[in-house]
Amino acid sequence: MLRAGHIVVEDVAKDYMLGEIRIPAIKRVSLTIEKGEFISIMGPSGSGKSTFMNILGCLDRPTSGRYLLDGADVSSLKKDELAEIRSKKIGFVFQGFNLLSRTTALENVELPMLYNGLSASERKGRAASALKTVGLAGREGHHPNQLSGGQQQRVAIARALVNNAPIILADEPTGNLDTKTGVEIMELFVRLNTEASITVILVTHEPDISKFGKREIRFLDGAVVSDGPHTL
Amino acid sequence: MINVPSTVKIAAISIMANKMRSGLTMLGIIIGVGAVITMLAVGTGAREKIGEQISSMGSNLLIVLPGATSAGGFRMGAGTQSTLSMGDAEAILKESPSVRAVAPILGGIAQTVYGNQNWSTGVTGTTPDFFNVRDWLVESGRAFTDDEVRGASKVCLLGQTVAEKLFGGIDPVGQVVRIKKVPFTVIGVLEKKGQSPMGQDQDDTIIIPVTTAQKKIFGTAFPGMVRLIMIKAGGVEELASAERQVAELLRQRHRLSGAQRQEDDFTVRNLTQMMQAAEQSTKVMTLLLGAIASVSLLVGGIGIMNIMLVSVTERTREIGIRMAVGAKTWDIRLQFIIEAVILSLIGGVFGILAGVLGSMLLTSIAGWNTVISPLSVSLAFSFAGGIGVFFGFYPAYKASLLDPIDALRHE
Repeated sequence: MLRAGHIVVEDVAKDYMLGEIRIPAIKRVSLTIEKGEFISIMGPSGSGKSTFMNILGCLDRPTSGRYLLDGADVSSLKKDELAEIRSKKIGFVFQGFNLLSRTTALENVELPMLYNGLSASERKGRAASALKTVGLAGREGHHPNQLSGGQQQRVAIARALVNNAPIILADEPTGNLDTKTGVEIMELFVRLNTEASITVILVTHEPDISKFGKREIRFLDGAVVSDGPHTL
Repeated sequence: MINVPSTVKIAAISIMANKMRSGLTMLGIIIGVGAVITMLAVGTGAREKIGEQISSMGSNLLIVLPGATSAGGFRMGAGTQSTLSMGDAEAILKESPSVRAVAPILGGIAQTVYGNQNWSTGVTGTTPDFFNVRDWLVESGRAFTDDEVRGASKVCLLGQTVAEKLFGGIDPVGQVVRIKKVPFTVIGVLEKKGQSPMGQDQDDTIIIPVTTAQKKIFGTAFPGMVRLIMIKAGGVEELASAERQVAELLRQRHRLSGAQRQEDDFTVRNLTQMMQAAEQSTKVMTLLLGAIASVSLLVGGIGIMNIMLVSVTERTREIGIRMAVGAKTWDIRLQFIIEAVILSLIGGVFGILAGVLGSMLLTSIAGWNTVISPLSVSLAFSFAGGIGVFFGFYPAYKASLLDPIDALRHE
């Protein structure tokens, strides 16, 4: 059995075309992320960290290079095949929460399960237990606008957890939160990482947030400039 | 894998979230479906009415009318000459293989009296075959017999209208009425026929033996003369051959030579054919009305497409979220197609109500005969559903082509 959540990136590069001009977003990045790691990816805007994140999250394909997720090359998969991988292996947490405003917390958490054929009762049960995990038991029927920012981000984390994905990708998850709530959210990530050994990959530009990770990868101008245990 | 119940729920939520917009979008479909159903109801109603009249007239019917007279160079119209006789009628039945029954007719208007009631009505003198030719049944009592025709008996059958006018509630069978002061025994009452294709009340009539009409009521220019001959052919496919055989036979009997190019002194009319042509034309009219109404349904469909396109743009971010958590191309497509289909089907349901209401209004206000057939309802409804799929597809297709990264960034 393959180790779930094992990431190998080999010489991955991504270019964008701006008219006729080819603009490299990331240039030949190679690295390995073991299952259960807590990584923070740092770098100024435009450094390529978001592009790298999109590739890791199977939202985007690299222009060249290989991306092995649990041993399988996913760098050349089709759109629907990538969707399948995302559904099984990756949970997303965004800066802007990205919840569906017209549906309840429970239904928001159920969303990923709509696309992998679980029965309604199983969906409800798993969504409720995911909400409990993030400390939102009793808030199932609330709509996003009835929840605080921190609570909304917890709903988003529950949504990322609900399919038992081995990897959580969090893109500036504390960017819209005050410091205290941000720390609470980060503590939740730490707990999920240590207790459930979920691989957490965090993208941030705040050193205070980055320090929650055990390993820090710094991007600059589309290349990795440092990679190692957190040094702050 | 596609989860239909939850997709339907998602669609319902988004339809409910924009009630005004959804309602207006549906209105297009409501009007379209309503118009289709109403128009088809008008067409079907007209056709059914004509069909009723055709069958009330009798099926596979030919009518032979005498020809025109000419006096001093003036040619009178068809039927002004007295050229048809009982002999012609008998010969037609005997000699023409395609003819099943023949009824010679001599009739006119006569004043009829019963007790202190009197009524002017059409009196038809004919033979017992008449009831067969016209597919007309006797409701109570009996028809007269060949013997009674031979003996010129003074017996009569009353149409429903006459029975009612003269007798009110009393049973007329066995009573005596006076037609042109001649006493007749009522031996039967005919079943109700309703209007003729020309709008006459067919029940306002009295049927008597043709011989009695000739000898005792109307008189004739020559013995055995009749006004017209009704012929029932063996079947629809035999109508044409019967028409030909009758014409040939009558030319022979009337000694009209083909060599001298003598004109026919009679006319054979194929009534069934005429009525079928009328029925055909209403069929075409129904189709035409339905087609025109369908155009409004089509316009309604374009309305749905319009709104769905707006909806896709508004919900770009939602589409991005769904894609990020694992929705595939067809998950997204079906979500929007189902939404469009739900819109159009709900519109279809209200459209059916509107159509039924519209037909009822037309019947009560304009007095048109409207018939809502289950076929037209299911047709309009499934057409509406089809329009939902068709016009929902393009917006859904557009949604499914979105790039998840761009969609997630969309404000």
